[in-house]
Amino acid sequence: MGLLIRNARALDPSEGLDETLDIFIQDGRIRALGRDIETGSGDACEVIDATGLIAAPGLIDMHTHLREPGQEYKETIASGARAAAAGGFTAVACMANTKPVNDNASTTRYIIERAREACVRVLPVAALTVGLQGTALTEMGDLKAAGAVALSDDGRSIADAQVMRLALEYARSFEIPVLCHCEDASLSVGGVMHEGTVSAVLGLRAIAPTAEELIVQRDIALAEWTGHCVHIQHVSTAGSVRIIRDAKARGVRVTAETAPHYFTLTDEAVRGFDTNTKMNPPLRGAPDVAAIKQGLSDGTIDVIASDHAPHSSLEKDVEFDYAAFGIIGLETMLPLTLALVREGVLTLPQAIEKFTCNPAAVLGYERARLKAGSAADITLIDPGMLWTLDRARLHSLSSNTPFLGHTFTGRALYTIVGGSVVHKHQV
Amino acid sequence: MELSHKDLLGIEQLTAQEISLILDTAVSMKEVSAREIKKVPTLRGKTIISLFYEPSTRTRTSFEIAGKRLSADVVNISASSSSVVKGETLEDTGRNLQAMNPDLLIVRHGCAGAPKLLADALPTAVINAGDGAHEHPTQALLDAFTIRERLETLAGRSVLIVGDILHSRVARSNILLLNKMGATVRVCGPGTMMPRCVEHLGVEYAPRLADAVRDVDVIMMLRIQKERQQGTRFPNEREYARFFGLNRAVLRHARKDVLIMHPGPVNRGVEISPDVMSLPYSIILDQVTNGVAIRMALMYLLTGK
Repeated sequence: MGLLIRNARALDPSEGLDETLDIFIQDGRIRALGRDIETGSGDACEVIDATGLIAAPGLIDMHTHLREPGQEYKETIASGARAAAAGGFTAVACMANTKPVNDNASTTRYIIERAREACVRVLPVAALTVGLQGTALTEMGDLKAAGAVALSDDGRSIADAQVMRLALEYARSFEIPVLCHCEDASLSVGGVMHEGTVSAVLGLRAIAPTAEELIVQRDIALAEWTGHCVHIQHVSTAGSVRIIRDAKARGVRVTAETAPHYFTLTDEAVRGFDTNTKMNPPLRGAPDVAAIKQGLSDGTIDVIASDHAPHSSLEKDVEFDYAAFGIIGLETMLPLTLALVREGVLTLPQAIEKFTCNPAAVLGYERARLKAGSAADITLIDPGMLWTLDRARLHSLSSNTPFLGHTFTGRALYTIVGGSVVHKHQV
Repeated sequence: MELSHKDLLGIEQLTAQEISLILDTAVSMKEVSAREIKKVPTLRGKTIISLFYEPSTRTRTSFEIAGKRLSADVVNISASSSSVVKGETLEDTGRNLQAMNPDLLIVRHGCAGAPKLLADALPTAVINAGDGAHEHPTQALLDAFTIRERLETLAGRSVLIVGDILHSRVARSNILLLNKMGATVRVCGPGTMMPRCVEHLGVEYAPRLADAVRDVDVIMMLRIQKERQQGTRFPNEREYARFFGLNRAVLRHARKDVLIMHPGPVNRGVEISPDVMSLPYSIILDQVTNGVAIRMALMYLLTGK
């Protein structure tokens, strides 16, 4: 049976496509794009009237934590995939800090095996060092052969610069991308929020933006020296944006991502001691938020990724100091990014790029496109729909987000993976 | 007039009128402590639980005496003897205490925001007796009461706070209160003990003590945590005492009648020299006396109606 999407604004910046078209899908692939497509009389065909909707190539979130194996009470690969589909994502990359750590080929294969039951595509990111300990390199060749798309010790930085240099050189020989969590732990030690006026008022131990910027600077210098590319994860400070912009101007092979909370909220949100405002890196000051937006606008920051980090009430309904870092983000990332489009920070095609061709390029991932013959991974977006985030309607197993009760404009209505509708928004 | 919140979590939540109400109420409470029979029946039948997750002698005793002088039943729980060691969460501990139907919960905790966590979860009134480096509102109120007793008014007065502003809940609550009441605040201490953007707290920063003491009405010295901070926040006690300790030489730059305060316990010879402690304008023990009156006033205002 085929699927016909009628009258959508088909938007694929990498194909130079932006026009109102029909899209005909059969056997998991796009068969035709055009006006007034006739499907022939013989075949039964499901039709979606997409008038007023945007059809984008399937969105990719290159930074999630799916918690399986080991912490299935927070999220499983299947539940994380449902949250991804509800948020409009057809593929997600999942970080290595599971229990056990994804630092060996058998764990990578386990994740890929479990992902067969998931409703979206799951791209495992493996660890850069064994046990995320920052000392011994992982079997990068094995990991890539098993299906890991990239390497990252996300959650911490390799403290030893020589180990980081060798990790980059070794990864280079397998042409596998390295994603960098940038944090000088000797400087951020004990900190739970951004260092600024609000931390001074609340008396909470603070994390200087310098803790991030020192390692951004170092990892870029090592990329320059070793010739391997680095991708800077969850950029949160004005200084990091400036350092990355300068490096790109010099021709260093560096890319960068940020997460929606870093362009939406400031450290002011921490004032009520809500542990759903605690993440690492922390929510920064207003000048940082402005710099992140500028960096997104001028292309310094290539990717928007959720850093979806599910935690249960066990980790979050405790004292702020003791609470775990991180918030869920898969189901709020698209609307928070559409807000930047309305604000004039990004054009709509730019916003789509931050979720599609740009993360695919960083990961070297052969993604779906809006053209005949491509795999039919498509997200249909209503850019104007008003909706309120309700805890009971979250698809994630966790509900640690500061946006509960928040009213958004715009969301994914249909998420299509390999020609199948894996999520349809129920109004 | 009444307090507009069910709890006292910090000076931040109080208006100037509410601060005045508490200070005025404490005046009549202080009179009770001066009687031969130091007890009134005001809170008879009320249950007050004090839950201390950090060691404290003075604050805890002060609350206990305050409760007893108002005829309340006061129960003390300290972290070492509670189920904290068994791994119970703070919220669960709070719910268990709530189930015994107390009228007031007094909480001291090492984590900023912990009393708010309890106040949000429980219907009982909560008084913050110190949360991390965040606030210590009863200390600021008793300090204000003590200053007002000597100088009649807080408006227009200038107060210098010296020491570890970064880690001090006493400093934070005092800065908030003094600003709300129209006093000006100056701070002094080594750079390692100043929050970044300290001026944003509404204070002037003077790094040299001899300059800082000039023309102020009150000097408030903070306790140095010798054990934890020596070697990192400052090299050693000797150097700290030389540059940031209050002694007679420094006081030559100050007004003759400057009031000297300290929230205690004092490290004699470190932040304050022994001869200064016994000067006539040292009102450190008045602070302790007034602490009982302030806490009686708060217990009355939060549970007595």
